[in-house]
Amino acid sequence: MVKVAIWGSLRVATEGRAEVEVDAKNLRELLDRLADAYPGIKPQIDRGVSVSIDGLIYNDSWFTPIGRGSEVVLLPRIVGG
Amino acid sequence: MTQIHVSTTINGDAGEFLCEPDETLLDVLRDRLGLTGAKEGCGTGDCGACSVTVDGRLICSCLMLGAEADGREVTTIEGMANGETLHPLQRKFLEHAALQCGICTPGILVAAKALLEKNPNPTETEARYWLAGNLCRCTGYDKIIRAVMDAAHEMRGA
Amino acid sequence: MALDDKHEADGRVFKVVGTRPVRPDGIDKVTGRARFGADMSMPGMLVGWVLRSPHAHAQIRSIDTSKAEALPGVKAVVTRKDFTAESDDVLDNCMAGAKALYDGHAVAAVAAVSAKVAKQALKLIAVDYEVLPHVTDVDEAMKLDAPVLHKDKTDETVPAGMSKNVIQRFEYGHGDVEAGFAEADEIVSRSFKTAATHQGYIEPHACVASMGPDGQADLWVCTQGHYMVRNVCAPMLGMDIGKLRVTASEIGGGFGGKTTVFLEPVALMLSRKSGRPVKMVMTREDVLRATGPTASTSIDVKIGMKKDGTITAGWAEMRYQGGAYPGSPVQFGAMAAFAPYNLKHVKTIGWDVVTNRPKQAAYRAPGAPMGAYVVESVIDELCGNLGLDRLSVRLKNASTEGAKASYGPRFGKIGLTATLEAAKAHPHYSAPLGPSQGRGISCGFWFNFGGDTSVSLSVNNDGTISLSEGNPDIGGSRASMTMMAAEELGIPYDSVRTIIADTSALGQNEVTDGSRVTFAVGLATIKAARDAITKMCSRAAKVWGIDEDAVIWEDGHAKPAGPNAGKFPPMSLAEIAAQASNTGGPIAGHHEVNAEGAGVSFATHMCDAEVDPETGAVKILRYTVFQDAGKAVHPAYVEGQFQGGAVQGIGWALNEEYIYGKDGRLQNPGFLDYRVPVASDLPMIDTVIIEVPNPGHPYGVRGVGETSIVPPLAAVANAVSAAAGVRLTELPMSPPRVLKAIDTARA
Repeated sequence: MVKVAIWGSLRVATEGRAEVEVDAKNLRELLDRLADAYPGIKPQIDRGVSVSIDGLIYNDSWFTPIGRGSEVVLLPRIVGG
Repeated sequence: MTQIHVSTTINGDAGEFLCEPDETLLDVLRDRLGLTGAKEGCGTGDCGACSVTVDGRLICSCLMLGAEADGREVTTIEGMANGETLHPLQRKFLEHAALQCGICTPGILVAAKALLEKNPNPTETEARYWLAGNLCRCTGYDKIIRAVMDAAHEMRGA
Repeated sequence: MALDDKHEADGRVFKVVGTRPVRPDGIDKVTGRARFGADMSMPGMLVGWVLRSPHAHAQIRSIDTSKAEALPGVKAVVTRKDFTAESDDVLDNCMAGAKALYDGHAVAAVAAVSAKVAKQALKLIAVDYEVLPHVTDVDEAMKLDAPVLHKDKTDETVPAGMSKNVIQRFEYGHGDVEAGFAEADEIVSRSFKTAATHQGYIEPHACVASMGPDGQADLWVCTQGHYMVRNVCAPMLGMDIGKLRVTASEIGGGFGGKTTVFLEPVALMLSRKSGRPVKMVMTREDVLRATGPTASTSIDVKIGMKKDGTITAGWAEMRYQGGAYPGSPVQFGAMAAFAPYNLKHVKTIGWDVVTNRPKQAAYRAPGAPMGAYVVESVIDELCGNLGLDRLSVRLKNASTEGAKASYGPRFGKIGLTATLEAAKAHPHYSAPLGPSQGRGISCGFWFNFGGDTSVSLSVNNDGTISLSEGNPDIGGSRASMTMMAAEELGIPYDSVRTIIADTSALGQNEVTDGSRVTFAVGLATIKAARDAITKMCSRAAKVWGIDEDAVIWEDGHAKPAGPNAGKFPPMSLAEIAAQASNTGGPIAGHHEVNAEGAGVSFATHMCDAEVDPETGAVKILRYTVFQDAGKAVHPAYVEGQFQGGAVQGIGWALNEEYIYGKDGRLQNPGFLDYRVPVASDLPMIDTVIIEVPNPGHPYGVRGVGETSIVPPLAAVANAVSAAAGVRLTELPMSPPRVLKAIDTARA
């Protein structure tokens, strides 16, 4: 299981929990399981998210492995100028 | 509307062109003569990207009519280097990394050359005020001013 | 041979990286030869002009183009009806559909044989508008009785009962801010406003489109991402992506503003309808009225501090209007505002709001400068109230490796403390100040990202290298790529030539944005060079008749290594290249990657300002930037990014402002009244490059392009507030505002 930190405005979809646990070994599984378990998050996942894994930011790479003790934080899709 | 016949000298070469009475010198240079080194950043004389000299005087070519160039001597960025040999200002701009995107660079070089012809030993403040009509959005002007001062120094020594 | 991804930044001795060679596009740019967006012409070319809404908000009842079409010399007229693709905000912004949503919104376009005819034709287009009430201020737009732009764009995060102009709500943070405020000895609460500012690139948007009756098209355009232009435009035109080839011209500045499309789909449609190439160039007025400025904001902030300088809690509620469509960068403001500080209790709330203004576009570290401005202003005020040293307080609270960022994750290896320590040790910090002068400090944070990147590197027969990348070069990135390829291959800088390839030549490339190019394209360049090295080692092994694992690459040569390799003289890259036909054919390296795992970047800025108490005019006296670059590939261009960002920030702080009249029209759409900094406004901008290597990049590179605009708003505001003796809370700090603040404080 991986612990995922959820930002404040998405917590309406996680019954107020700031952190949820899903069974995921990589980024794709993480996003799929999150959307399955918490359908309220799905619109944001569809709009775009980035995921911070141990402090580094990932956007798309499905097969990025997520270790057991990894710190995982959901973020809105990071853009830049 | 009848076009106007204009005889002029551009970068030392005598030439002729036809232009509309309301056509700017900048449009003539860029669209009729293929001299696209002068840029249009604003069309209102605020940015200096279209700087050229006419009879040695620095002007915004977007504010002058093509027809007014008749009998005058126009110098653009394309006339600044001598064959393969760059003008010291051009060389110093490269050495000092005084350009990022490069869109303002032709205008600034033309303006800086006009400055050094008038005042070969400008103070930093004089250089800054002379170039205040040439906008650069990338560099913060630091390296541009350094390049101009260094070129002035070299040209005085030569 | 082994070329693994082990972290190699520490201790590596670089030969090319870290030097300051002349850029490969340099000569073209100092001689006028470089070709920018508007410098392209094609045989038989028409010119395209756009008709724009004079109204801030209007229903478009009908558009009659018949008179324009009948004008001799007019070859095509385009309105939204010509675009049959599914509507989205980007298309609607390029050509208005049911409503014109801001002053300057495109409603029709013509292609004609000359600009004169095109402009005449625009006057003959009859648009029947039903003018609607409008709103341009973010706080006004959030009121329940405000005119509503869209009925159905609010998302599920917005509580019921709010104005439909409120599009999205964001919330970040951790801990319990109320508990944190209870621990504070001093609390400051303030409200701030910042004006919308434009990226202000000197080159207006320009493109030339040419589409044939076979449906294939070419587009020449100044953009930060020609792959993006292709991928966005092709579906709008109902084309296959592969049939549209886009070539990036030299780009005359972007700063985020050229990460989307405006003219491009219209030019393609005009070319399709007319059967001729069509060139479109914006005027400066078009650029300011109809391309993306950044958000204007209204922000409340509250911070608590102990007497010893410990920040006990931070809270902010941020309202950003991003123009007529969803997407203001408020979430990044809310994420970045407190990021420099290691806080137990922090909470930020962001509201994305629409108004009748042009659709915002990304602007250098989108959303972050405003967040840093409010937080750093209040920290400055707290330091003043408690009599604490402003740098020491920042050092005490600074985020370090392992600290939990206000937006969630724990930081890896970061360089904020190093920038603060460098600032403290710098002579600027202890230099004396005169009367009416003040010194301001601010920290700033920004993300980096990577994204899709493709690089191809060919080894030419004479041992030179042709490197193709797909990211428009705004600030010298061709030089950086050349340097990294030369470094890796062990050959001189001059032996490599780097070009920006068109969209048919390489795989997908993400836009030049997010400070990604030196990081991601650099990484792909290094990997492409290593790919070529592997092949060259294999060729040498063949020639020597040894196992390819027994060949290493050193200083531009293949060398036998290991116990059974045998003794052969090193074979140079040029020798291997000369024999390529005999040893297996042409040699090339390439690399395609979604470069994930980018780091973050911090800076500290220091500004001295003088305020004229009689006029309110501000003069910047001295300015120093301290920023972590990870590893500076070309230090002169790193300094250039620091200086340029600082000066854009100074403009934002002091002068730049979108001013709307009561009629909802932009009142200052020109460089005379939208005043960007000029040379005489400024001192030299000193820079100190800090290098705390990024573990995610082989050389330790961090993107540097954006962070430099994050601190200056607050650094200048803190300096001006100190000089004026009164806290300034609205940007820009134009002379009338400064004077008013001084007068109010005196009274």
